[in-house]
Formats: sequence, C-alpha cells, structure tokens
Amino acid sequence: MNTVAPAATSAAAGRRPWWRRPAQVPLLVTLVLFVAMAGAGGVLYHGFLTPQVFLNLLIDNAFLCIVAVGMTFVILAGGIDLSVGAVVAFSTVLLAELVQRHGWPPLAAIALVLAVGTGFGAGMGVLIQRFRLQPFVVTLAGMFLARGVATLISVDSIDIDQPWLAAVANLRLPLGGGSMLSVGALIALAVVAAGALLAGASSFGRTVYAIGGSESSARLMGLPVDATVVRVYALSGFCAALAGVVYTLYMLSGYSQHALGLELDAIAAVVIGGTVLAGGSGYVLGTLLGVLVLGLIQTLIVFDGELSSWWTRIVIGALLLAFCLLQRLFRRKEIKP
Amino acid sequence: MAETSGTMAASSAISSRWGRGLRRCLAHPQLWPLLTLILLLAGNGLFNPGFLALQWRDGHLYGNLIDIAHRAAPLALVSLGMTLVIALRGLDISVGAVLAIAATVAAWTIGHVSNDGLLPLWLAIAAALAAGALCGLWNGWLVVGAGMQPIVATLILMVAGRGIAQSISGGQILTLYYAPYSFLGNGFVLGLPFSLFVVAAVFALLQLALRKTALGLFVRAIGHNPQAAHLAGVRARAITLGAYVFCGIAAALAGLLVSSNVNSADANNAGLLLELDAILAVALGGSLLGGGRFSLAGSLLGALIIQALTTTIYAIGVPPQVNLAVKAVLVFAVMLLQSPLCRGQLRALLRLRAERRA
Repeated sequence: MNTVAPAATSAAAGRRPWWRRPAQVPLLVTLVLFVAMAGAGGVLYHGFLTPQVFLNLLIDNAFLCIVAVGMTFVILAGGIDLSVGAVVAFSTVLLAELVQRHGWPPLAAIALVLAVGTGFGAGMGVLIQRFRLQPFVVTLAGMFLARGVATLISVDSIDIDQPWLAAVANLRLPLGGGSMLSVGALIALAVVAAGALLAGASSFGRTVYAIGGSESSARLMGLPVDATVVRVYALSGFCAALAGVVYTLYMLSGYSQHALGLELDAIAAVVIGGTVLAGGSGYVLGTLLGVLVLGLIQTLIVFDGELSSWWTRIVIGALLLAFCLLQRLFRRKEIKP
Repeated sequence: MAETSGTMAASSAISSRWGRGLRRCLAHPQLWPLLTLILLLAGNGLFNPGFLALQWRDGHLYGNLIDIAHRAAPLALVSLGMTLVIALRGLDISVGAVLAIAATVAAWTIGHVSNDGLLPLWLAIAAALAAGALCGLWNGWLVVGAGMQPIVATLILMVAGRGIAQSISGGQILTLYYAPYSFLGNGFVLGLPFSLFVVAAVFALLQLALRKTALGLFVRAIGHNPQAAHLAGVRARAITLGAYVFCGIAAALAGLLVSSNVNSADANNAGLLLELDAILAVALGGSLLGGGRFSLAGSLLGALIIQALTTTIYAIGVPPQVNLAVKAVLVFAVMLLQSPLCRGQLRALLRLRAERRA
C-alpha cells in the first residue's frame, strides 16, 4: 500500500488539469494579483493604464529582472545567492573605473566585467560544492568581499560621461504610439527568454531541477551534480555582472553603495514568481511576473502620492509571507493527499 | 648515519608528543578566537604604544580597550541571541531590522510620554523589549508553527521590519532629548561603561540557564539531531520558539544601547548589516554554523574581534571600507577551517609533507 500510494498520487497529479497542478498555482495567483493590481490602478488613478507605464516597469526594473533570472536557477537548485547586490555594485564601479579613469573601450570593459562576475560566482560555487559549505554563508562572505573590493577601487561615486556609453544609455527604441523601451529593458527581456529556454529545454536546466528536487537522487541518476552546481553559481554571477552593466547604463555612474538590498528584492521576485524556495519547482517566466508585481507595487505607491515609500517594504514583506505560506500549503497537500 | 637517524627518531617522538599536546590545545574551542583577539590587540600595541594604555579620569576608566568593549556591546548582545538560534539549526537574519524597530519604539515612547521622572525610561525599555519579543515570537512561529526555513522566515521580517520601523517614526530620524535614556549607552557604573554590565548580565543569565538546567543539553541535542531529540522527548518546538524570542529580545536590548548611545533612532540605518556581523561573530567564536556545537563565550570573543578589527582599521588610517573585504576574507578562512573536508585535505597535505621530509 505504501509503495503504491506515491505512484498513484503522481499519476493523479499528471491527470490533473494544468491550472490545478501545485507548481502552477502560485504562478496563477501572481498573474491574478498582477492583473488585479493593474486594474485597481486603472480605476483609482488617472492615466495609469497606458502602455508606457507598463514599459517603464521593465525599464526601471531591468537590472532586478536580470539578477532575478540568475537567482531563479540558484533557488531551483536548492541554493541561495546573497552576493548578487554586491556583485552588481562591484560591476558598476569596475566598469566606471575602467572606462572613465583608464580610458578602456566600453565593450572591452564590459567583457571584463562579465568575466569577473562569472568567475566570482564560479569561485563561490566551487567553495559550496567542493567543501560542502552552506551556500548562505559563502555567498554572504562573497557579498562582503564584492562590496569591500568595490570600495577599494573607488570610495566615491564615479560619474560616466563617456560618449558611447551615454549614447547607449539614452537610446530609446520607439514601439509606436509614443511608447518606448530602453536598451537595458531589451537585454532583460533577452535574458528572460534565454533563461526560460535554458531551464525548460536544456539538459543543464533539467539537471538543475533534479538537484533541487533531491540532490542525492540526482547523483544516483548519474547527473553531473558537482559541475552543475558550480555552473549555477557562475550563471548567477554572470547575471549579476550583466545587471551591473545595465545598472551602470541606467544610473550612468559607478558606486559601491549602488543596489543595496537588491538580493532581497531578487529573492522576493523569485518567490512571488512561484518558485519554491526549497528548490526543484518553478519557472523563469514566473520570475519575470514577480519582478513586474514588485515594480507595480512601487508604481502604485508613486501614483498614489499619499502613501509613504516605506509601504513598499511592508507590502513586499507581506507578499513574501503570503507566498511562502501558499507554498507550504501546497507542499502539505502533496504529501498527504 | 645511524646517529642522525637515531636523533631523527627521537625528534619525531618528541614532535609526536608535542603534536599530541598541540592537537589537544588546538582542539580547545576558544583558543583560536582568543589567540586572534590577543594578536590583534598586541599588534596594535606594537604599532601604537598608547593603544593598550588605560587611564583613570573623572572617576571613569578610559582607553582603547574599554572603548572596543563598549562599542562591541550591541553586537555582543545580538550574537548571544544568534548563537542560540544557530545552535538550534536556525538563523535569524532579521536582527538588524528588529534592532531598528526596538530603537524606534523606545524613541517613540519617550516622545509620547511627558514626564520628567524615570517613568518614560522604564516605559521605553519595556516597550522596546516587548517589541523585540513580539518580533522574535513572529519569527519563531513562522519557523516552528508554519514550518518555514529559518532564512526565509526571518527574511520576511528583515524586508518588512525597516518599513514598520519607518511607519512608527514617520520616516524621520527620531532625536531624543531625555537625559536618563542616554545613560544606557553612555553612562558609567563603577568606572566602567554601563553597556558592559548589560552584556555581562545577559551572558551570566544565559550561562546559568544553559549550565545549571538541562536546557543546554536539550539545545545541543536538538542541534545535533532534531528528530532524535524529539523522539527522546525533548520539547524541541517550545525550545526553538524560545530561542527566537530570546534573539528578538537581545536585538531589542542592543537597539536600546545603540539608540541611547547616539541619542536618536534611525529606522533606516540603525543596525544595518548587523545580522552579518552577528553571524560572523558566532562563526569566529567556534560555534558550528550547522548547529549543535556552540559556545556563548566564543561568540562574545567573536564580537570583540570584529570590533577590535574595526578599531584597528580606523587606527591604522586605512579607509574604513576595507573593513568589509577583511571581514569577508576572515569568514572564508573560518568557514574553510570549520569544514571537515577542508581539514581532511589539509591534514593529508601535512602528512604528505612530513613523509617526504622523513
């Protein structure tokens, strides 16, 4: 009986319509939340339901979106990466320093920044995998290190007036009807698309899901667990560095105190996007939705004008709580149907 | 030839005896943190002869050593709470936010009670401690009741906590003009800063509770193997909940010290990155971050090391931002030293070397 029951429930889960499968429910809730919030905004505030308001969500949160995609992979694999905000700050400082004070060509500087970020992530991955250290503590130390090195490079904020970077930063692609997108937003969309493909249609993605589900099972199946974990953290480091480049374009400056607390926003976006924090279940597209919900909260508060900015933190905390409880609810149902 | 081999054998026997003694010494959990602290202070004393001097002025003891201990007090309090939580396989990353909430609550209370006596002081202390206990209860309930992972459960309060603190303060830095309150963070008793007595009292209470009752044994049992402890009849849930509540209260106490030290409560910046320092202090003190083995005295030493490091960096004249990088290198080193795998590899490396030399 005991051996039959799990098989039976998994078969039942397979027969269930897709919108009632546990992995999809948080995603659906997020989608409903997004639509409801947008609708409420449209009813309450004049001029809310214009395309540019929603495109601005992408423009203003492009860096968060890129970071959150990397974070999705880390969380899917059952880990966590707290260093991303610091790596973003470090990347902005390194890029600004190279371009502004050493006269590097921007593309070469960007390539170096991406390589450093990837290497940094891979290094933390090696520590986590090779020495069985807790990802939380390793990436915490990585956060200290990245911010510390960033301040070593430059204590003050470096403004960028390099013509090519400034031109790219101010470039707007018209989409018709007076609405437009920035380069950063396009990069973010490309990263989301690439991430979704990587997670859903590659052996790397399947291995990541398998590790998040159960690392020992993945090992017994003969999957390359060690290499994949290192690559997951390298990917997160790469995403953080890319987000750093986008953030540099967004702010046109490099500063070691940029993106403070970004890692928390990224984790919140991933969780609100329906990814289970214990790993093994979730979608990259859900993360995009999570980022948009976070952005929409901020936009609503700005549109309202009366609410103070700290309400953003409280609402994000409440959403985080609600989604964590939701995840618990579904996990329990799955265990005892 | 034979003689040299004989002396070598003798020397290796001595070295093995030495090695055993050394190993026993190295195995003492507080040796490394104590050595680190002493080296740090001695190094400072070497480069700056006045560093270790203590002066008796105006009935108070002055000096860099007192200053380090005084400034380390809030961190020491928080790391005591964090030690218990980590020993129980948990983690509380909301301590910085809880500190900000407690500081704001205390400042708000003083601002809203108009009385020249000591009543506002007691009310503020009670309100701050109650706020801290409530935060701890919330974290503990999420971990024990809702069954969340500790990092996630406390992440929620970490994100929302500063928002809550700001909504209490109205988004402003609350300034305090109330002399009795500033005694907490600036006052002296028997020539020593009052904050040291607070830390000593909390430490003594905890030691008493853990050593003189079965609580310490229970905490170790739960940390080593929660299921076995549960099967053995240990009330793991109640004890875990209690640890989070205690951690919240410790953070609130730290909030009282911090806010009274600067006579203001800053909801945004009070206790920023404190959670990281507290975890670092616990790790430096020789507690296992995976739970089970813990040392309260070690965590106190860890907090002192962190503050001594900060003071050193200021004293040398290096930009204080370097502090972060130094701390990071420290964490990496401590983590690798704690990791059994890394230890095994180091040991194998040493053995290989010894064999080669032989």
